[in-house]
Amino acid sequence: MTQEFTLQAKGISVKLGRRQVLKDVDFSATAGRVTTIVGPNGSGKTTLLRAMTGEIAHRGKVRLNGADTTDMKPWQLAAIRAVQPQNSSIAFPFTVLEIVRLGLSAGLSAADSTVPLQALEAVGLAGFAGRMYQDLSGGEQQRVQLARVVTQVWEPVVDGTPRWLILDEPVASLDIGHQFTVMDLARNYATRGGGVVAVMHDLNFTAMFADHVVLMEAGLIAATGTPFEVLTDETLARTYGCPVPVNTTPPAQIPFLLPQARIDLAARSA
Amino acid sequence: MSLATTDIANPEAGASKPELISPAVDRRIRARQLTLLLVLLLGLVSLLSLTTGASGTSLWAVLQDLLAGRELSTMERVVLLDIRLPRLCMGILVGASLAVSGAVMQGLFRNPLADPGIVGVSAGAGLAAITAIVLGSLLPATVQQLVGSALVPLSAFFGGWASTLILYRVSTRGGQTSVATMLLAGIALGALSGATSGILVYIADDTQLRDLTFWGMGSLAGATWVKVLTALPIIGLALATAPFLARGLNALALGEAAAGHTGIAVQRVKNIAILAVAGATGAAVAVSGGIGFIGIVVPHLLRLATGPDHHSLLPNAALLGATLLLAADMIARIIVAPAELPIGIVTAILGAPVFLWILLKRRGGLGI
Repeated sequence: MTQEFTLQAKGISVKLGRRQVLKDVDFSATAGRVTTIVGPNGSGKTTLLRAMTGEIAHRGKVRLNGADTTDMKPWQLAAIRAVQPQNSSIAFPFTVLEIVRLGLSAGLSAADSTVPLQALEAVGLAGFAGRMYQDLSGGEQQRVQLARVVTQVWEPVVDGTPRWLILDEPVASLDIGHQFTVMDLARNYATRGGGVVAVMHDLNFTAMFADHVVLMEAGLIAATGTPFEVLTDETLARTYGCPVPVNTTPPAQIPFLLPQARIDLAARSA
Repeated sequence: MSLATTDIANPEAGASKPELISPAVDRRIRARQLTLLLVLLLGLVSLLSLTTGASGTSLWAVLQDLLAGRELSTMERVVLLDIRLPRLCMGILVGASLAVSGAVMQGLFRNPLADPGIVGVSAGAGLAAITAIVLGSLLPATVQQLVGSALVPLSAFFGGWASTLILYRVSTRGGQTSVATMLLAGIALGALSGATSGILVYIADDTQLRDLTFWGMGSLAGATWVKVLTALPIIGLALATAPFLARGLNALALGEAAAGHTGIAVQRVKNIAILAVAGATGAAVAVSGGIGFIGIVVPHLLRLATGPDHHSLLPNAALLGATLLLAADMIARIIVAPAELPIGIVTAILGAPVFLWILLKRRGGLGI
C-alpha cells in the first residue's frame, strides 16, 4: 500500500476570549501540492494555521504525515516542518546570515553549511548575507525569514518522507517580482514532493499557484477544491460580500494586469 | 514560467553555487579570536591584581623569592594566600556571573536593557540575603546547622529566583516582552525590597548592622576562602548551563512561537535561564553585595564587537566580566589608598554613562 502523506486537522475549534473563532473545522493538505487558505479578514485563516502548528490552544486533532503532533517533541516536528511567522521582528543586531543559520541547527540539513547561502539566493537575496537584519526593509526581512524556514527543511523529501513548509501570508508585503520569486519557490518545493500550506490574501496568486484551495468564512470552511472550483463569481461574491467577477475583461478604459499570462503550464508539468 | 532565479529543485543547474562564507561576513571567527584575547587579558589583570594592594608585597618579589628557593615570610604568605588570592578568585567568580546573568537575562527578555541590577533581581536577592542575616537566628538550631554558611547564598538564590519569576510573569504576554512594563516592574520590585530592607535594618543588632552596610555598597573586600567555596558550586552550575542555553536564546530572538518551530523546547529553556540567572545573581550578591552595571555593559560591548550569537557571547561575557570587575577592584583599591572605595561606586561611575548611551542610541527605535 502506498502511503499518502498529509497534514490533517479534524474538528478544530478555537475560542479567543468569548469569541468562537473556529467552529469544528476539518482541514487536509497533501504533500506534493500547494494548498492555500484564503478568506476575508477575520475569517480564521491565520488562527487555523496557528492551531495546526500548535501555537494556540485548540480542540481537535492534528496529524502530520500520519502522526499526532501532540505526541511529537519540538525537535521532531522541526525536522519535518518549518513555519514562517507573520511577525518578523527580531531582538538584537543579528546579520542576515546569522538569522538564516538558525534554520540550520533545527533541521536535518545541518551537514551542508552552504544551504543558508543557497536559500538566500533562492529568495532573491544573494549578497545580503553580511547585512544587518534590522537595516532591511519589511519585504526583505520577510524573505530572510523565508530563507531561514526553507533552510530548516531544505530537502523536500528525506528517506521517502515529505517535509512541510507552512507559510503565513508569504507574499503580503512583497513587490510583484518577488511575489513570483517566493511563489515559484513554494511551487517548486511541492513539485519535488514537499508539502506546502500557505495563508494567502491574493486571489490571483492563489489562482496561479495553488493546487488546492480552502476558502474560509466566519470560522467555517466555505468551500474547498481546485482554484477552478472555488474561485467562482458566486462563491467569492457570497464570501467577500462584494462582486468579484472571475475571468471577465474590464471596460476598455481601465488597464488591468494579468500575471497569469506569464504562466507556462507545459513548463510546469515538465 | 521562469525558474532560473529560484531553482532549488536543481541547485547544480541554473544558478551558480554560492561562494564560501568569507571571514568578513562570518563573525564567528572574530568571536573566537576575541575569546583568546580575553583569556590573555584576564591572565594579565589577575597578575596585576595579585601585586596590587595596601601592603608592599609585590608578586615580583615573591616570585623571585620562590625561584631562589627562599621560604616566604609569614607576612607575604598571609597577604597573598589569605587576602589577595581569595579576593582574586571571588572577583573572577562574581564578575563572570554578573556578566553572564546579564547576557542570559537579556536573551530571555529579548532586550539589551534587562539586567538583574536594573530590573530588581539583585534587589530581591539582596533582600532575601538581609532577611537571612537578621532573622536567620530565629530558625530552628537543626536547620541552622544543616544549612550552615550556605544560608545567606541560598536565600539570595531564592530571592533572585522569585523576583525573576515575578518579573517575567508581569512583563511578558504571549511571548513578547514589554520593555516599559519590565522596567516599571523592576522599579516596583526594587522599591519593595528597599523598604523591607529598611524595616530589617531597624530590627538588626550592631554586628548585623555592619554586615548590612556591606550589602548597600557592594565590595570584594570581605573575600574569604569560605565565601569563595560557597559561591563556587552555585555559580559554576549556573555558568555550566550556558552552552545549552546558547542555542535556545539565539532562537528566542525570533520570538517564542518561532523559536519553538525551530525545535527548541521553549519552556525548558526559559526555566533553565531563570534558574541560571537567579543562581548566578544570588550567589554574586550573597558574597559581594550589589555591584551594578557589569551585567549590562559587558554584553553590550561584546554585541558591538562580535554580534549577539550567544554561543560566543556567553563565554566571552564571563571572561570580560571577570576582567572588568578585577580592573574596577584595582581602581577601588588604588584611588584612595590606603583606604578603599566600595567597588559598586566604581562600576556605577563607569557603567551608568554606558547605560545612558545605550538608551540614547535606541531612542525612537525598537519599541522603547
